Amino acid sequence: MSILVDKKSRVVVQGITGGEGTFHAQQMIAYGTKVVAGVTPGKGGTEHIGVPVFNTVREAVDVAKANVACIFVPPAFAGEAIMEAADAGVAVIVCITEGIPTKDMIRAFDFVKSRGVRLIGPNCPGIISPGQAKVGIMPGFIHMKGNVGVISRSGTLTYEAVKQLTDIGIGQSTCIGIGGDPIIGTQFIDALRLFNDDPDTDAVVMIGEIGGTAEEEGAAFVKKHMTKPVVGFIAGRTAPPGRRMGHAGAIIAGGKGTAAEKMAAMKKAGIHVVESPALIGITVAKALKLEEHGQSKPKHAKAAQKAEKKADQKKAKAEKKADKKLAAKPVKKAEPKKAKPVKKAEPKKAKAVKKVEPKKAKPVKKAEPKKAKPVKKAEPKKVKAVKKASAKKKS
Amino acid sequence: MKIHEYQGKEILRTFNVPTPAGHVAFTPDEAVAAAEKLGGSIWVVKSQIHAGGRGKGDVYHPDTRELIMNGGVKVAKSLDEVREYASKMLGNLLVTIQTGAEGKIVHRVLIEEGVDIRKEFYAGMLLDRVQSKNVMMVSTEGGMEIEKVAAETPEKILKVTIDPAVGFQTYQARALAFGLGLTGDAFKNGVKFLTALAKAYDALDASMFEINPLVLTGDGRIIALDAKVNFDDNALDRHPDFAALRDLDEEAPLEIEASKYNLNYIKLDGNVGCMVNGAGLAMGTMDIIKLAGGEPANFLDVGGGASAETVENGFRIILGDPNVKAILINIFGGIVRCDRIANGVIQAAQNIDINVPIVVRLAGTNAVEAAEILNNSGVKFMVASTLKEAAEKVTRAIAS
Repeated sequence: MSILVDKKSRVVVQGITGGEGTFHAQQMIAYGTKVVAGVTPGKGGTEHIGVPVFNTVREAVDVAKANVACIFVPPAFAGEAIMEAADAGVAVIVCITEGIPTKDMIRAFDFVKSRGVRLIGPNCPGIISPGQAKVGIMPGFIHMKGNVGVISRSGTLTYEAVKQLTDIGIGQSTCIGIGGDPIIGTQFIDALRLFNDDPDTDAVVMIGEIGGTAEEEGAAFVKKHMTKPVVGFIAGRTAPPGRRMGHAGAIIAGGKGTAAEKMAAMKKAGIHVVESPALIGITVAKALKLEEHGQSKPKHAKAAQKAEKKADQKKAKAEKKADKKLAAKPVKKAEPKKAKPVKKAEPKKAKAVKKVEPKKAKPVKKAEPKKAKPVKKAEPKKVKAVKKASAKKKS
Repeated sequence: MKIHEYQGKEILRTFNVPTPAGHVAFTPDEAVAAAEKLGGSIWVVKSQIHAGGRGKGDVYHPDTRELIMNGGVKVAKSLDEVREYASKMLGNLLVTIQTGAEGKIVHRVLIEEGVDIRKEFYAGMLLDRVQSKNVMMVSTEGGMEIEKVAAETPEKILKVTIDPAVGFQTYQARALAFGLGLTGDAFKNGVKFLTALAKAYDALDASMFEINPLVLTGDGRIIALDAKVNFDDNALDRHPDFAALRDLDEEAPLEIEASKYNLNYIKLDGNVGCMVNGAGLAMGTMDIIKLAGGEPANFLDVGGGASAETVENGFRIILGDPNVKAILINIFGGIVRCDRIANGVIQAAQNIDINVPIVVRLAGTNAVEAAEILNNSGVKFMVASTLKEAAEKVTRAIAS
């Protein structure tokens, strides 16, 4: 599993006929993302890079059944493009555009919120659920399917963190670039909540930077609700106050929004805060190992969340198995067969999984030498948990 | 984008936001002429720099650092005093709590009519990032730093949130004006002032207004005695007239140079220059330099592409800073291939005379090929493959 985008995502690219839109739509398609439509007003009815182009997002939703919008529209028009997508009824909007005027974003944010649509960005690299869908501009090949969620305000720094994870054999459930602007649709707290509820995410990396208080709010959520280990880094400890560090939102204003404040809040919340961005990968590995021994959870949340967690683990276990199979084989080939049983069967999942199990043993071992150990050690505990949880469910 | 107080006030006046009458002057003669034009018997001479705390700042000789005068804002009771204060400010260094020890040279002064102040308040507008909406704030604690008021007596700050769908409403202006304790004509003028201010904020694509102090005059008027006006950088294309408000004296020369190449460069005080693609990674790289025992000399984001040309321009900018003792290049090649970037780095290094050690770390697509190209180039690079290795090599480079 994953959050927000997956194999079922049907993407409409707004601004598909522009330079950026064309290039990245091609890259998304090459990754295996279902890009079902493009939108360029006035070019409706044509085809571009093999994708049907529509005049409006509404048509793309009605005709091509698009449910995710990815926006590559120039900044002056991007705020409006977000509103168009929200009004057309897509579930998720990913806005890559950098440099949207704040006034436009205030309106677009308000509009999107009123429609109950999930906006990611703007000024972000997008979102990827490895092996399933890439909606954005990140290099797909550095990612690997797995169980760590990544949330970041940055682009290349996210790639850096992801590469560190992949290099030591830790895959990702979903990586989400929430964007470097002062107004963004999805904040740390939103993404943390989604990952906490995602049975296939075992740990989360949050990469923040100076400016605003989104990291502090995320940390408060972690302290209260998070049942999974979180590793954090804040960029900009050496940034001078009052200067905008590249991102519109990366500014220490009135003495507020410093890296030191954020790191302190995160540490207090039980987040594993790393001092150097070079240590993100290995710290996640350590946190996962601690987690396995039951030492890594935020102490505060433990008791209240036990029941929930067990239920989560049950799901997690079932799906992890299914996913491992996915990851081991060439992902794309395996998709059609697997997608159906897992998703349709969600309540009954256990059965579906059992059927697949016999075939699975081999590929798992081959594909995940580094990861195999922690998973296996953890399993006995989980079995118990599953039993308890399922008993509760029945009653 | 920051502008000077006098520019902000000129713009606010066009939106019917009352301010004292005043004129900018670049020389003591102009200052006296401005005072004569304003008439009256009391004037205020105000240093114009892009930093706050001017009134409590000190003026120094730029070379000898000898103290010339306390205060960067002075009340003059004669034309001679106007001349004296303007002469002492212009061309000299004003050091305030916001400029840091290096201070800023005063190139312009604002000459304003004296105002009969009955009470001082605060009014401000800015984006509340938590709500993703603009807010207007007022406080009875005029003349104080609002951050200090917020920390010590938050109950003295009144705030209203502006609904994006309908904009600032008159009832909100009334609530704030009542909150300031205004009555009668002063109340009416307060409501008018705040309404005009909100209108200006919206029309100008402002990112911050700070009217501190906002004053009630002896005759019941509400006027902006000071005005800090910032514009949203992302909206500057919509306001081509703002380009004329830019004051290059307020920007570091290397930053001006970098902006010509569309490079996002911020000069810092350290000894290790860095060139990175992406703002977050650039900040992260600065942090790494610090952890490695160095101090970052700059922030430089060369953007997603990082072509040979941008790399070359980046080198020029970084090396324009004499404090730079080593350079760290950290590029994550995602869509862009590292081997191409490596060739760009080599080409740039050959075109420019570089006499400091260079640590190059290229990660991502074709990183291995890139390392090989760098190692075989004949140029002395310290090639690193991971961020950790890069940090270690920087430490070594500084030591050597």
